[in-house]
Amino acid sequence: MAISPTFDTVLERLKRQELWQFPGGVYPPSQKSLSNTTAIARVQLPELLYVPVRQHAGLEGTICVTIGEQVLKGQALTNSNTPYSVPIHAPTSGVIVAIGEHTSAHPSGVPELTITLRPDGNDTWTDLQPIQHYQHLDKSALIGRICDAGIAGLGGAGFPTHIKTSSTKPVEFLIINGIECEPYISSDDRLMREHAWQIRQGIDVLNHLLTPKCIVIAVEDNKPEALKALNIACEDNQDMQVIAVPTVYPAGGEKQLIQVLTGREVPRKGLPNDIGCVMFNVGTCFAIADAVFSGKPLLERVVTLTGNAIQKPQNVWALLGTPISHLLSHAGYSPRAQSEQQVIMGGPMMGFSATSLATPVVKITNCLLAPAKRELPNAADERACIRCGFCTDACPASLLPQQLYWYSKAKNYDKSQEYNLFDCIECGACAYVCPSEIPLVHYYRKVKAEIRNQRDENDKSEKAKQRFEARKARLLEEKRLREEKHRLAAQQRKQAMAKDGSAQDKIAAALARAKAKKAQAAAASGDTDQSNEAQQQAAETPSVNDKQAKVAAAVARAKAKKAKQASSAQLKAEEASASSDKQAESEQQTNEATSSESQVVTEKSSAATDKKAKAAAAVARAKAKKAVKEVQQTKDKAPDNQQAAGANDNEAAQTSEKTAEQIKREKVAKAIAKAKAKQKTLGEKAE
Amino acid sequence: MRLVCYAALPGILAQVLFFGWGVFVQLVLAGIVAVAAEAIVLMLRKKPIKRTLQDYSALLTGLLLAISIPPLAPWWVIVIGTCFAIIIVKQLYGGLGFNMFNPAMAAYVMLLISFPVQMTNWLPPQSLAENSTSLIDAMWVVFTGYTVEGYSVAQLKVDIDGISMATPLDHVKTALVSGQTVSEATDVIFMYGTTGAGWVWVTLAYLFGGLALIQQRVIAWHIPGSMIAAVALVSVLFYVVGPDNNASPYFHLINGSVIIGAFFIATDPVSASTTPRGRLVFGALIGFWVVIIRTFGNYPDAVAFAVVIMNMAVPLIDYYTQPRTYGHKA
Repeated sequence: MAISPTFDTVLERLKRQELWQFPGGVYPPSQKSLSNTTAIARVQLPELLYVPVRQHAGLEGTICVTIGEQVLKGQALTNSNTPYSVPIHAPTSGVIVAIGEHTSAHPSGVPELTITLRPDGNDTWTDLQPIQHYQHLDKSALIGRICDAGIAGLGGAGFPTHIKTSSTKPVEFLIINGIECEPYISSDDRLMREHAWQIRQGIDVLNHLLTPKCIVIAVEDNKPEALKALNIACEDNQDMQVIAVPTVYPAGGEKQLIQVLTGREVPRKGLPNDIGCVMFNVGTCFAIADAVFSGKPLLERVVTLTGNAIQKPQNVWALLGTPISHLLSHAGYSPRAQSEQQVIMGGPMMGFSATSLATPVVKITNCLLAPAKRELPNAADERACIRCGFCTDACPASLLPQQLYWYSKAKNYDKSQEYNLFDCIECGACAYVCPSEIPLVHYYRKVKAEIRNQRDENDKSEKAKQRFEARKARLLEEKRLREEKHRLAAQQRKQAMAKDGSAQDKIAAALARAKAKKAQAAAASGDTDQSNEAQQQAAETPSVNDKQAKVAAAVARAKAKKAKQASSAQLKAEEASASSDKQAESEQQTNEATSSESQVVTEKSSAATDKKAKAAAAVARAKAKKAVKEVQQTKDKAPDNQQAAGANDNEAAQTSEKTAEQIKREKVAKAIAKAKAKQKTLGEKAE
Repeated sequence: MRLVCYAALPGILAQVLFFGWGVFVQLVLAGIVAVAAEAIVLMLRKKPIKRTLQDYSALLTGLLLAISIPPLAPWWVIVIGTCFAIIIVKQLYGGLGFNMFNPAMAAYVMLLISFPVQMTNWLPPQSLAENSTSLIDAMWVVFTGYTVEGYSVAQLKVDIDGISMATPLDHVKTALVSGQTVSEATDVIFMYGTTGAGWVWVTLAYLFGGLALIQQRVIAWHIPGSMIAAVALVSVLFYVVGPDNNASPYFHLINGSVIIGAFFIATDPVSASTTPRGRLVFGALIGFWVVIIRTFGNYPDAVAFAVVIMNMAVPLIDYYTQPRTYGHKA
């Protein structure tokens, strides 16, 4: 982008009435004289008023009236509940007769939510609250008043005015747009001529709200009367520059006017206030003054009724919601007299054909054009594009309309956007110069709408896809975590096993222990086979007995290891056998605690190891038996008096001792299990 | 397109004046064939015939081809050429607005390559010719190959001195090949009176028509301007380097079809570049190729080749010469 001229440069040039130029532009013959010679007229109340709920470029408010309700002129029909909505008001007093769909003032004519009002003819105002000294009012309250008055940009875009007035960015230029470059329209022209002072009042309010460094009031030089009137209205304020702008279509476009006045360009996807400019239409200024000084909301606007099919072209004050048929018949338009019925809402350059004569006037309706036959080019005359490039020369946005047309027609959305379709301001200059009479803008609008729809759908499906992907990822992650947990647990077990000795060893030991216990139990219960031995055993002190059993188990383990000839295990077993009682005991306990785990592991391990383990267990069992026998044999040599000892007593003592030991073992086992669990959770966390 | 046809009238008149009725015969023939071919294809394609014919583009194509070929070329040359231009180059691509190549020039190239003898059989300017031809004669020659009296084209080509006459460009080309210098070669041409050479007048007439087109805003100045400037610039470079072996810029501009090409052919909007900068590039490169092909190529004239070559480059040029859109960074 070209370097933006500084404020001082711009101001200097403005003072010398030197302006910039925008590229392209066309010079359609002015048809303003059709309608701009008479004063703005009043129209009789129509039978019914169709007030669309949304008349601007924002969101619709919520309806606060009901069918059958009597409303007063100026009473709000909707509440603005979001910053992007402004309310609508009853244009006159009457009864709400319907709330429903009605033809919209839109190229498509798609029905939209509309409140139908039957005027009672009294035109009774609701209570108005004018503000006398707006300077003393809080700015936000003033902005609130503008919002409540339902004011949206009356130039054509219908952007809610209160949003523009609450700009927080510093404003260098407050630009008042009185260009009205469409060849037929004269509503702003008449308004400036007749109500320059009220426009000035509106500008004062805006000045107070925005505190700009400079105010520029721009009027095309084909409206000398309007220029004169505004010059007189604004001459007392040195900060206000009334500038005559050369008549080129579309000088009244916001971006183009900014370029002409300041040499600056609104950045792509940016807003005028990004480059220190804010622009309001003269009609908007008039409405602001009405809202502040009279307390009147926006109920009516000036509409140009023109075209050669109209007998009395003129400007009228039209209540918002007036069906266009009412206005047209007021101006002497007879649909039956026309061979080709066509009424254009807006000008010939940017307007659109109304789909029905019941279409209501809305806040952005500035003109109704009823052309005679052949007054305007006919869309049916469209011929092939010969790529002459006249449109390129005419385009104020420096686009390549012929390429856009090519890609729009081919529905090549990507290429259309590559050629900056969305920078098209739809001014219609290209279509105007087209020698093949192609309604270019029509194609652009269509493709723009299609691309927007596609975008919305893409967004939707993209969101759905994202949701699906997220779910898939979550499930996968959960699965992975689960698997990782299992893997870690297995790893830990393996590690634990490696620390404690081989699994087989443990099983063998456990089995040996079990055998030893069994043997002990058998002895205690006085089994027929080994009753003597059992008695002998019982005669011994419980501690000794226990010790012996343990030693036997340890020995059995060692033997089992030896049998397997696993060197490391052997070493450990030797250590174990050589180790003290305590060590042996703790080892046993650990073994017991991990036995269940080791069983699981053994299950998992190969059949070969299983077999080995079994063999080892068998060997261990044999050894254990042998060991027990040996012990018994040594005990046989012990004195008889030991046998005489009370068997019951001893038994009891043994049992108690055993239970105490069991409890101890259980406790240790629990502790170990706990430690293991902790280790596991730690491992998971580490993952 | 109709205005372009009108603007070509002075040039056509001059051509008839200096090269005989053959030009007229070819024009009529080409016009009829062009319109008929277009109508037939439109009928087959079920398109509106009358409305489409009213764009005069078929007529213009026939006209441009007719003034480009030798006036006494056999009738089938122009018929084949026009049919090729209308049916293959234009309609098979989708009709007006969709053809990639300039129909007249693509057809000319096709004819030149296919029928080199017929396509280079130019007559000397009428005033110099020993046997000037009447309208009837011209028709006889075009359709039968001989005049009413039985002269052949070869005999008609003989000029006052009994020397066979080629176009000046042809002449210089041959002379250069045979070891003469450019000045020697051109001396021979202009020996017959500096203005009498006819070509100059024809060129000036087309220049007038072309300027009228610009004045009427039918065409933009970009393509003709840059093309003529490029021809002048490149030929000056060659001339400065080797004045003996390279023709002067004046010679390049006034002879052959540089002027017709610049105003009437390269400006065909359909096959030309459409961006403002692109048009300048397009025209300049055509001018560049004209001089390059004339100097190094086998064919004496090069406008048709240059135009067709640059037609192919148009999408590329258009892509890289997009203007900066409002609000975009440069």
